[in-house]
Amino acid sequence: MVDQQYPLYHPELEHESCGVGAIVDLSGRATHRTVDQALTIVERLAHRAGSDALGTTGDGVGIMTRLPHEFFAAWAREEGISLGKPGDYGVGMFFLPEDEVGVQNICRIFDQLAVSEGLPVLGWRDVPCHPAQLGAGARRTMPRIRQCFLKCPADVAPGADFDRKLYILRRVFEKQDTDTHICSLSSRTIVYKGMMLVSQLRSFYDDLQDVRYISQMAMVHSRFSTNTFPSWSKAHPQRMLLHNGEINTIRGNHDRMKAREETMRSTLMGESMRRVLPVVDPDGSDSQMLDNTLEFLAMNGFPLPLAGMILLPEPWQGEKDKKPWHDLYRYYATMMEPWDGPAAILYSDGDSVCASLDRNGLRPLRCALTDDKRLILSSEAGVLFEENAHIRRRWKLKGGAVLMADLKTGELLESDDLKSHFAAEHPYGEWVRQIVRLDDLPKTPINDRVDDVKTLCKAFGYAYEDVQDVILPMAETGQEPIVSMGADEPLAALSKAHPPLYDYFKQRFAQVTNPPIDALREECKTDCSIYIGDDGNLLSHDPDNCTVLELPSPVMTEGELQRIRSIDHPAFKVREISLLFPVKTRLRQAMRDFFAGCDAACSGGANILILSDRGVDAEHLAIPSLLAVSALEQHLIHIKKRTKVSVILESGEPRDTHQLSMLIAYGARAVCPYLAHAIIRESLSGEAIDNYDKALTAGVLKIASKMGVSTLQAYQSAQLFEAVGLDGQFIDQYFTNTPCSLGGKGLHDVEADSRYHHDQAYMNPLQTGLTSVGRHKLRTGQGAEEHLYSPKVIHLLQQAVWTNDRAKFDEYARLVEHDGSRTIRASLDFNFGVCNPVPIDEVEPVEQIVRRFRTGAMSYGSISREAHECMAKAMNRLGGRSNSGEGGELPERFGTELNSAIKQVASGRFGLTRDYLLSAKEIQIKMAQGAKPGEGGHLPGAKVTDSVAKTRCSTPGISLISPPPHHDIYSIEDLAELIYDLQCANEDAKITVKLVSSTGVGTIASGVAKAGAGGILISGGEGGTGAAPMSSVHHAGLPWEIGLAETHQVLCRNRLRQTVTLETDGKLMSGHDVAVALLLGAEEFGFATAPLIAMGCRMMRVCQLGTCPFGVATQNPELRKRFIGKPEYVERFMVFVAQQLREIMAKLGARTVNELVGRSDLLKMKDGAPIDLSALIGFARNTHVQPESRHDFRLHERMDVRLVQDHVQLTTTDRAFGTLLKGERHIQAQGCGGQSFGAFLPKGQSIALYGVANDYLGKGLSGGTLSICPPADAQWNPGDTLIGNVALYGATSGYAFIAGMAGERFAVRNSGAWAVVEGVGDHGCEYMTGGRVAVLGPVGDNFGAGMSGGIAWVLDEDSTLNRRINSGLVKVHEVTREQAIELKKLLEMHMKQTGSVKAKEILEDFEAWLPRFKAVISDEYLGYLKEAKQHG
Amino acid sequence: MGKPTGFMEVARAENPYRDEAARLRDFEDLHIAQPTDARQAQASRCMNCGVPFCQSDFGCPLHNLIPEWNDLLYRGKEREALERLLQTAPFPEFTGRVCPALCEKACNLENAGSFAYGKAVPGKAGDGDGSNQGFEARHLALTNRDNELYLIETGFEKGWIQPRVPRRRTGKRVAVVGSGPAGLACADLLNRIGHAVTVIERADRAGGLLMYGIPNMKLPKRVVQRRFRLMEAEGVRFLLNAEADVSIMGEYDAVALCGGAKKPRALNVPGTFAVDYLTAATRAVLSGGEPTISAKGRHVVVVGGGDTGNDCVGTALRQGCASVIQLEMMPAPPVERTAGNPWPEWPRTLRTDYGQLEAIHRQDSDPRIYETTVKRLLPGAVETVKLNGFDPIPGTERVLPCDLLLVAAGFVGCEESTAATFGVERNKRGYMMPDDGSHHLRANLFSAGDMRTGQSLVVRALADGRAAAMEIDEYLRGDAQ
Repeated sequence: MVDQQYPLYHPELEHESCGVGAIVDLSGRATHRTVDQALTIVERLAHRAGSDALGTTGDGVGIMTRLPHEFFAAWAREEGISLGKPGDYGVGMFFLPEDEVGVQNICRIFDQLAVSEGLPVLGWRDVPCHPAQLGAGARRTMPRIRQCFLKCPADVAPGADFDRKLYILRRVFEKQDTDTHICSLSSRTIVYKGMMLVSQLRSFYDDLQDVRYISQMAMVHSRFSTNTFPSWSKAHPQRMLLHNGEINTIRGNHDRMKAREETMRSTLMGESMRRVLPVVDPDGSDSQMLDNTLEFLAMNGFPLPLAGMILLPEPWQGEKDKKPWHDLYRYYATMMEPWDGPAAILYSDGDSVCASLDRNGLRPLRCALTDDKRLILSSEAGVLFEENAHIRRRWKLKGGAVLMADLKTGELLESDDLKSHFAAEHPYGEWVRQIVRLDDLPKTPINDRVDDVKTLCKAFGYAYEDVQDVILPMAETGQEPIVSMGADEPLAALSKAHPPLYDYFKQRFAQVTNPPIDALREECKTDCSIYIGDDGNLLSHDPDNCTVLELPSPVMTEGELQRIRSIDHPAFKVREISLLFPVKTRLRQAMRDFFAGCDAACSGGANILILSDRGVDAEHLAIPSLLAVSALEQHLIHIKKRTKVSVILESGEPRDTHQLSMLIAYGARAVCPYLAHAIIRESLSGEAIDNYDKALTAGVLKIASKMGVSTLQAYQSAQLFEAVGLDGQFIDQYFTNTPCSLGGKGLHDVEADSRYHHDQAYMNPLQTGLTSVGRHKLRTGQGAEEHLYSPKVIHLLQQAVWTNDRAKFDEYARLVEHDGSRTIRASLDFNFGVCNPVPIDEVEPVEQIVRRFRTGAMSYGSISREAHECMAKAMNRLGGRSNSGEGGELPERFGTELNSAIKQVASGRFGLTRDYLLSAKEIQIKMAQGAKPGEGGHLPGAKVTDSVAKTRCSTPGISLISPPPHHDIYSIEDLAELIYDLQCANEDAKITVKLVSSTGVGTIASGVAKAGAGGILISGGEGGTGAAPMSSVHHAGLPWEIGLAETHQVLCRNRLRQTVTLETDGKLMSGHDVAVALLLGAEEFGFATAPLIAMGCRMMRVCQLGTCPFGVATQNPELRKRFIGKPEYVERFMVFVAQQLREIMAKLGARTVNELVGRSDLLKMKDGAPIDLSALIGFARNTHVQPESRHDFRLHERMDVRLVQDHVQLTTTDRAFGTLLKGERHIQAQGCGGQSFGAFLPKGQSIALYGVANDYLGKGLSGGTLSICPPADAQWNPGDTLIGNVALYGATSGYAFIAGMAGERFAVRNSGAWAVVEGVGDHGCEYMTGGRVAVLGPVGDNFGAGMSGGIAWVLDEDSTLNRRINSGLVKVHEVTREQAIELKKLLEMHMKQTGSVKAKEILEDFEAWLPRFKAVISDEYLGYLKEAKQHG
Repeated sequence: MGKPTGFMEVARAENPYRDEAARLRDFEDLHIAQPTDARQAQASRCMNCGVPFCQSDFGCPLHNLIPEWNDLLYRGKEREALERLLQTAPFPEFTGRVCPALCEKACNLENAGSFAYGKAVPGKAGDGDGSNQGFEARHLALTNRDNELYLIETGFEKGWIQPRVPRRRTGKRVAVVGSGPAGLACADLLNRIGHAVTVIERADRAGGLLMYGIPNMKLPKRVVQRRFRLMEAEGVRFLLNAEADVSIMGEYDAVALCGGAKKPRALNVPGTFAVDYLTAATRAVLSGGEPTISAKGRHVVVVGGGDTGNDCVGTALRQGCASVIQLEMMPAPPVERTAGNPWPEWPRTLRTDYGQLEAIHRQDSDPRIYETTVKRLLPGAVETVKLNGFDPIPGTERVLPCDLLLVAAGFVGCEESTAATFGVERNKRGYMMPDDGSHHLRANLFSAGDMRTGQSLVVRALADGRAAAMEIDEYLRGDAQ
């Protein structure tokens, strides 16, 4: 639905995230204290919740409890209603539209419905509440809140059966009335929630304060939404669950849940099941959809934890040890894809409270059990610090785990026990033997011959570079090619080079609201299996359900396809459908014929359709493969056959990872790219085909993982792409629900492009080779693609700035603006006609304008020192800002003319010291980069010279890996935390966040603004990065124009625009470009490629090789000598651009830049623009940043600022404690450390905490010392978890001593800190490059993944370490003598600091313990150590 | 790309010339071809630039896919490399010998970091023709021309070059008037498209300037004839010693005029036109007799400092002239690029070509005299005068012995006769270019090459001939519908 006022706002792309908590009294007591404490939890998680710009309207908060019988009974008695015993009645919590007549009507309708369902209504109750205290926004949208009481009929058993009746009633009602929201309708639970600040929940609802309101359990949730218009209904808890996180695969999950409705048969509901459909509310949020599904399963008799296991399975495929429950997972995997994405969910039916964590464990969930049998679950430990003394055990949930607290029995069942229990209920092991594996099928002879490969390649539109630069290199190396300097070719819709349909689509990627996954380093959590065949009936426990064919990967060879073709099994019926059509037939007709063919095959009982375009010749065209697959998927959904039929594609067209991933994401289960195989077969060996297929599979997984999806099964049909420049009707018909920002081409154009290539193949008499289109590296000549940076453009730009020739620069600019055909900005012109020009000397001066200019983030390491310093100098002289990039900066540059004003914080955290942060005027958090949003990086050891290593606080020659996500940002409230931490580290700096343009970036930006950022950069998807996979460079991220316009619109809509500066970058080249950006809403402007060109770069696109012949992107000393850049060149470029902008401003009649921000009404489309840009320019709101509206962090109120003594009591709200300490300080703290405890602590400071701490402890530790030991008054078990996830992330030096277990990812990206810990979760020491870590207890899975440097000593008492490590880089070694000395010293410090019992025990007989320690070291680092030793 | 670091490791090495003493004794090929490994090493220097200026408008007019075939050559895939070359280049055996290689002047290696504002870094002189003197050897451009020549000659040698007869004939007939570079390129492409092409050539041998304008040592005539025979085998009909008249417009579906820009710029004094002299020399080489115009034993003065002038010098020396002097009206160009002439533009710098090198070898001094022209003819001598721009400077007269005055002062238009025959009005500059810049003159009449654009390079004529062929094909297809 398009909001006319905000054409680029996409409500379906809203995000949310949160804090969660629960208290369960396992002793069976129902108390008001449980409710009260749960409310306290949510109040102490205030920092995880969101509010509007004024801070008065909250994003939502809520609580679920058991029905408080005493309380309701008392009310009923007064009303003269007889409720009966607990369980005899149900209560509905209604949010009704606020209108008296309507309310009465709705209640009456509900009453009637209830009666017809056999559920008499006992009465209605107006819930007493206090709207006056709410914020204006919340008050405006506040519903009437009423409760309805229904009687359990005599013929229905109380409990689950009664609730099922209530469920059916609710669904029937909801389908009639979409304006009413029923928060809960159950005989066991009730939900109180609303759109308010966490502190308001308690006082808003009188009920919650009533001491008679008692419950045995209570679950709470605080919400942080990406908009300021969160709705009352979207507050959690939902009917059964509350969720912290985000389901990335929601589109596919929704579609398949819908499709599944055809195959599900409910024994418990019988025919009534039809009446609850659709199971999933298509307008709901991801959490609501998950809740709908979980509830549906529960109502169909699935025990809650089992339902949780099915929806959020553990990563069982990659597990090294086979567990008894794996067969259960495998059984359900054939019917239900994972709901993939970060998720901590708490769910309850009133009889039990369960918790589940996503497979990757990306959300924190800390657990504590008190000595009086109360279970406390929460996003943060220590929220109820008053209970410290009573806590008997503290732990955390790990990825893929479930937990159940049974209120009836008082039992606490943990993950393994629960899973074993359910696994034993059915003979799953036997059942899964029904699964047919591809390898089990007999081999059959194949014909993999392809005649006239060259002609076919032309017919399918292959360019020469597709073969030479993509297919063959992938076949030779097994990896996708790496390229550099981004994309500067036109959007597909603007291209004249007949691009494939695939090119109109861009990959979606995760930024801020959920993390991308590192599919390489965390491979153990990924899964590429694909299932083919009938989906079965999820609701029945039946071995036949898993009669499916399992493929190890969606990429197939001809041989594998042949096996399927000739399959002989009663459960599979294969039919082949040709995609060919005669040249004389129109594509539209061919589509109809194709559907008819598929329908006939389905009616004939086929359940595997092989779509094939073999046989293209002069007389026959093929339906474009992507169109065929997606259109058929939509058709099958339409005719409700989606789960009955699996589609396999055999096509000559797909050839790269982007295309393969699109086919999977739009419905193909498997693809055989036969033409690419034929090409490989012609020039390389058969093994090469395996390499190629592997590279494709890995590429698809990588593309999935950048959206945070780790299983291809979940990625299937998830449609995680967006289109640009395709006609809305075309999208609706064939790519239903795919977001598309700008309209344009349709079926007719797709057909024309197909025919063009077909003609090239069969009508062109010249028997030439394939055309060099030059989509990446430029080519000139017939059929070649146009690029922004053409030889002439580069030449003119260089001559203009080298010789200070403004006329040449104007000539250059004219060339860039061209005829409006290559970029969106060039397709836009200024509406000078409506303006009254002003004299140019009244326009603000160039010196003022250039202050708004920035150079792009390019790290020292990716570019040479000469180039890096040249830019810094130029920008400092102009008063603009240069950006350090993510590689740190040499300390001697701080405070000089060479200092980069912007310091970047990226996921690698290289060289991120306290001094680095303090040297910044602006700190930029890079959430994504244009060339490869959602991906990490890899700087090969060879490029890490002594100087680069010094800058990055790493070791020379040791390769450096940047993780895809920031490991302290898995969701929006985490970003808020990092912004806060950085603001504490440098109070004067502006904290900005870099996002990459994509559909929905505006809603993310709103979240970022709410998180307190001072500025937001919307970066174009073209990117200029020095090394990125080819498909990412060209197919991920949108041009900045779309993202910028959307962001400006959505920020205005949310009344947040004035709180942040909005900046944009992405191949900005001239005054025209800047003016367009300004009118679309930007007020600051970044340039990267252009300044590089000014300094001598000629777009060699060899940055990734380090052989830049112009000394720009290289560390080779010989090549660096060739660098000819001078700061003047960069300055002249900026000045020329500013001059041009100023001239345009004068013509637009504006004296200041500010008065033009967002004035898109001054833009118009150039005549003949092939895409519809009206959504960009249909919004005119001149709003820009107002310094007084900036977020106030109230740093002066912080504990560490006020701290006079060296003793302090802390709670979870004391976040980043210690970061604002000044001078040399040594603090002793009690209680509970909030997030980011001791972040960036410098040398000369130490903090000892007696208590527990949360996530991100010691983040960026810069020389300080942290020690954490159990609270003095607590009972304590050695295995207890003392600190949260992701401790010591990016630490550069200092010490940390933890006398207990840590969560996941301990010491991730540590490059210099020394630490001792007594046990770690999964992914310990991930990406570590330096420092020392001693682990005196158990380690989780995937230890040392991507760990290129440093040493981890692990006490391997049960000799399992070898199975725990990720052997990609590291191996397990014996501890050497030299190391033993270091280790012993470290343990002595640990014992001294924390009084650790374990350390004491070891040190008492160190020599005896020593052999049990093992050293985990990478080969690279081992080599470095040896060399260092030789050189003394 | 072949070898990312190739350009840092391997120095540029051109095909060397034969020793002056030896080569002056005959009219045989100047160059010594290099073995495969040397060529591969040279090809490895290609940086596979993201923006290859070499094949852009700054470089090769044919847009030869230079990075692609150099990469294939480096990797030992000579046949594929040749195929890639032939994708855009019709006659690499010609351009591989006579092209001034704009691509090499626009090569990033020519410039990489060695200068800004066209300022050169002094270093070791380049090998070969010395045109790149003054730059450090490893900073020099890729040897595209030599690599191209290697590929095509290897192709002929190994029998990879076979007649490519079109699969289908369109039934359309096209006449191409003139068999110079533009005519041949136009005919070749039209024939490959499937049209029936007849080339009408006035001379006794096909090739135009390729045959009679460029001396044998620079472009051996067997090479031209080899192509001519190949095209015949592919179905192109050559009518030699034939004069075209307007009737062919009726006989053929389309006519392409590719008659060159043959009207020479005359001097104020009578002299022998260089092309006539060179034609006579080549005829003599081919037929074995004495040339009708010979420099043997004579004092030769060549007016004009361009390529043709240089060819005259080389030819005169081979014929055994008594002396040779070359007069150039313009001042001596600078050794290095000037600020106004930056890379990747064509370098207007001092080039010392083979003929001049030979003259230096023979006469111990550079034959070129700059800013000078002939004032008047004296018996057995000429009187020259220095120029200030175009104005003679009084008192600078000088008498030089001269028995043969060769005029190589360029061309000023296409022949009036052709224009008259076909009733085409020439533009202000004297060429047959339609106002819209296309090749289409009127009805079914087209023009291409120097005749359309004025005097230019062989490679530009090839590109223009191909462009004309595409336009003619489009015309014929439109015609068919």
